[in-house]
Amino acid sequence: MVQYAQARLDHAFAALSDATRRGVLERLGRSDASITDLAEKFHMTLTGMKKHVGVLEQAGLVTTEKTGRVRTCTLGPRRLEQETAWLERYRQLWDARFDELDKVVNELKRKEKTDGRNDKE
Amino acid sequence: MKNRTTVERKSERELVVTRTINGPVRLVFEAWTKPELFRQWWVPKSLGMSLLSCEMDVRVGGRYRLEFAHGDSQLAFFGTYREVTPHSRLVWTNEESDEGPVTTVTFAEKGGKTLLVMHELYPSKEALDAAGTGAADAMAETFEQLDELLVTLAASSGRRET
Repeated sequence: MVQYAQARLDHAFAALSDATRRGVLERLGRSDASITDLAEKFHMTLTGMKKHVGVLEQAGLVTTEKTGRVRTCTLGPRRLEQETAWLERYRQLWDARFDELDKVVNELKRKEKTDGRNDKE
Repeated sequence: MKNRTTVERKSERELVVTRTINGPVRLVFEAWTKPELFRQWWVPKSLGMSLLSCEMDVRVGGRYRLEFAHGDSQLAFFGTYREVTPHSRLVWTNEESDEGPVTTVTFAEKGGKTLLVMHELYPSKEALDAAGTGAADAMAETFEQLDELLVTLAASSGRRET
């Protein structure tokens, strides 16, 4: 699990390799901001800013919370108990893994269908 | 349709992960036990690692070994299969450290879908805590480095802006 956490460090540094994203972190270091605020400040479309925030969120550098129509961004990981935080990261790992497993199983199902028409193994 | 993945700390020494997979149990079991299929899903892209090799001798007493590349370093995960019950149950050890858990995966089919329950039993409360803390420590380190970076950024942007 420690090794997986190290992989997350790579994520964090990849997220930091972009100047806009560094700017967003610096901005959030002063106060929380909505995605709309950030998009305006950095002269970007909402979609573009959402992507950047998504990368920062995946790296665990930013947390977002939606209240009504406004999504507010905060610096740092979710303010949960530390254990809950690492369980959540562990959950994300398994969630990503199982999404891939779903794809593999779907592919097997598809193959079985096409093969089934020709011959039966 | 995407199914939900849950993780729960069942006791001081146990973690349980559950997920429903959209396929019959025989295919899901195949994906867990054939190396050529297993390697297609065990290392999601978001993990930032690549799988160098994957050897699995899936029978009671058989061994497995997974080797990963992570940046410049290499990591190996290995252990022994303790139980192999086709389409229903797999148990293996994680021997890369003394504190590694015993992993049990059960497969149950319902309406053409498969419910997976992965149970990890750690040798002690401390081992499970350490596994979690190790992950938390690595994140704390990221944040320390980030703090330093933010100080630098704030200093340089202070010069540009008023």
